[in-house]
Amino acid sequence: MSAATTATRAPAPARAVTAAGVLAGTRTLIAFGLRRDRVRLPVWILALFLCTLSTVGNYRTLYAGPEDRASVAATMDSPAGLAMTGPRHYLDAYGFGAMTGHQMLGFMAVLVALMSILTVTRHTRDEEETNRAELVRSTVVGRHAHLAAALSVAVLANLVLALLLAVGLGAMGLGAGGSLLYGASHAAVGIVFACVAAVTAQITAQTRGASGTALAVVGLAYVLRAAGDAGGDDALSWLSPIGWVQRTYVYVDDRWWPLLLCLVLAVLCAGAGFVLSTRRDVGAGLRAPRTGSPVASGALTRPLGFALRLHRSMLAGFGAGVFLMGAMYGSILGQADEMLKDIDPIQEALRKTGGTMAESFASMVMVVLAVVASVYVVMAALRPRSEENAGRAEPLLATGLSRARWAGSHLAVALAGGTLLLLLAGLGIGVAGAASAGDSGLVLSLTGAALAYAPALWVTTGVAAVLFGWLPRAAQAAWAVPVYAFVAGYLGPLLRFPGWTKNVSPFGHVPQLPSAGMNWTPSAVLTLVAAGLLWLGLEGFRRRDLECK
Amino acid sequence: MTTKAITVSGLHKSFGRTHALDGLDLTVEAGEVHGFLGPNGAGKSTTIRVLLGLLRADSGAAQLLGKDPWHDAVELHRHLAYVPGDVELWPGLTGGEAIDLLSRLRGGADKRRRDELTERFGLDPTKKGRAYSKGNRQKVAIVAALASDAELLLLDEPTSGLDPLMEVVFQDVILEAKAAGRTVLLSSHILAQVEKLADRVSIIRLGRTVQSGSLSELRHLTRTTIEAETDRPAAGLDRLPGVHSVEVTAEGAGGRVRFAVDGGHLDTAVRELAGFGVRSLISHPPTLEELMLRHYGDELAANRHGDTGGTHTRGGAR
Repeated sequence: MSAATTATRAPAPARAVTAAGVLAGTRTLIAFGLRRDRVRLPVWILALFLCTLSTVGNYRTLYAGPEDRASVAATMDSPAGLAMTGPRHYLDAYGFGAMTGHQMLGFMAVLVALMSILTVTRHTRDEEETNRAELVRSTVVGRHAHLAAALSVAVLANLVLALLLAVGLGAMGLGAGGSLLYGASHAAVGIVFACVAAVTAQITAQTRGASGTALAVVGLAYVLRAAGDAGGDDALSWLSPIGWVQRTYVYVDDRWWPLLLCLVLAVLCAGAGFVLSTRRDVGAGLRAPRTGSPVASGALTRPLGFALRLHRSMLAGFGAGVFLMGAMYGSILGQADEMLKDIDPIQEALRKTGGTMAESFASMVMVVLAVVASVYVVMAALRPRSEENAGRAEPLLATGLSRARWAGSHLAVALAGGTLLLLLAGLGIGVAGAASAGDSGLVLSLTGAALAYAPALWVTTGVAAVLFGWLPRAAQAAWAVPVYAFVAGYLGPLLRFPGWTKNVSPFGHVPQLPSAGMNWTPSAVLTLVAAGLLWLGLEGFRRRDLECK
Repeated sequence: MTTKAITVSGLHKSFGRTHALDGLDLTVEAGEVHGFLGPNGAGKSTTIRVLLGLLRADSGAAQLLGKDPWHDAVELHRHLAYVPGDVELWPGLTGGEAIDLLSRLRGGADKRRRDELTERFGLDPTKKGRAYSKGNRQKVAIVAALASDAELLLLDEPTSGLDPLMEVVFQDVILEAKAAGRTVLLSSHILAQVEKLADRVSIIRLGRTVQSGSLSELRHLTRTTIEAETDRPAAGLDRLPGVHSVEVTAEGAGGRVRFAVDGGHLDTAVRELAGFGVRSLISHPPTLEELMLRHYGDELAANRHGDTGGTHTRGGAR
């Protein structure tokens, strides 16, 4: 493994230590890591495996005849379709295997990356942040053992998933060679991002920052490939590890060599992680901790100002992220109509439903941007819960600050912050879209389209507030809202979910601007529901015991 | 204003099957320093959190400055300051910012007093929360609480993690607060600390008050252990009132003696000892643990063996 090769490169103080020395205890730590993750990782792996298998099963029933597959290939052949799936080359021979590689690989890559990143940061930075690493490192454990063990656990999980997928899909008759490559592609992308997390875990001293930075890299990789595939610009997609694995053209051409790129990047990142880890102290980040102001500013000592202070870095990160994502999608908006104006049947279909190709593409992008904003909203709305858990709510609520104002100020930041993210995302896609399509009116219309999702974000905040107020120990269940919105809004149309599945999610009621018209009724109803949920949540919090450490 | 700062009677609070409070009584007079003693898990923190309106009691009555701690929580909090036993700070905020935040949310603090206290406790207010050690986090909460002009201070094992020098500073500061007419409820499991500061003491165990009164009233509970080397073997000490478990060993012409003596009879016992020619003298102040064991050990033993009715579970709050 790369761990052994890079360990010998440790700088001066390590000279006396042998390569085996810096890795002492790795084996025990791997066993310990597997023991700690004995539920978590199997659940991840099984969920990913079953999700793939059931999707392939669905293809069989939905697209039984060759003409069905030809028609779905035709609908996929649009910027919107390509942005949410993969490169166009798959469409030439759209069998079940090609459909799986085209529609599932990019989406699954994000989830596999998430599993790998969380695994690595949990076993490295989280251990240091909680001071458990210090205790472990005081025993006979080498300098690189923690990182090596964390990477080993992540690699192992990815290999198990790869093997399961290869066997499972092979058994479903998709072709043994292709299935092996399909599984290996998952492992490749998972290992790349595990190694990316090995780098980000060295930079910041907080777990949240380490996994957040790595997830931002995943987001960038996804947006690069989406923009590249939708705009037909291969160069952009070749910048992304997700683009690489999609360019194996699994089940079509079965090329293995793009996975080599993943391997090289993984080795480089892991090496960088090991080297960086020797440039810092246990528990510290690469940046030295700074001192700050000895007194508080006036704004900080007001409940809302204080909540803003706690939220501001995350809000700024998400704001920059959604603006760039929007701008990236917006920049290919102009090509959307261009690419498709020669394909008559599609133009015909669009004229019937109303809206242009660019508009339907924009509507699809809005769902994605709104889901990303809702991830922020859930994190922000659950902040009071994490403050309570950490024992930091107790001293504040022993002052003249009422419970409603304390929790309310965090919820207010979630409400306003989510709306701000929509505004930024809309401006990003609007400004870039206006430039690429040469239509300045898009700035306003696309910003408005993004803001139409605000009531859905407010309902999301409300759901988190109710859980916090009444079922604080189950507050994390609020994550179901963005996850469900993503599955129903993004995969639903692909897999032809029944109509009611969409309506369960608040996002399903939002008018799909700009391809559909504005409808104020659902927006008003969602806003009222949100207000009701927020009131209920605060009322519950007012009545319950504060959980103290 | 009433003369009683805190009145609590028959307080019950359960967490699932754990009975943290089991009919607790507590009375604190305005202007006094009241020691709130008990072993770990006795229910001290739970009581204080009920008084802060952070927890809601299952039954029983509690009044703080004449008001209900649950319903009038916010109004009451403007008149009190709290120091938890385990202070958690915001990793990204400096200690100074945390002090200002807490004091201004309480309704403002005296800036000169804040700076003076920061100085006396040797606290660097420019460091970020994550960089502080346990003792320094504790200092942040102590400075924030004492810089305010709150009339009631609720201190829950406030000096855990402080070094002995800072412990002395803390005692000075509390005595100044007392001189300024403030009421202090000081929870602790260190009897010596409470003896130095408290006017009256309540001892709780298993969520119930077992003893309450002024220190002199409780004097009979405190038994000091004396160890001495004498010129001649100390004989006859066991005949003195209030002297217990005397062990004398002869060593050449002189001898060693070890005995325990009740607080009220210390003077007589030491005078008698002096007659044997004292070469060295060590006295061990009674610890709360010894006290609890001696006075309530039989109850403990009974609970451990046969069930005496109540199903107490130790633990609950810290």
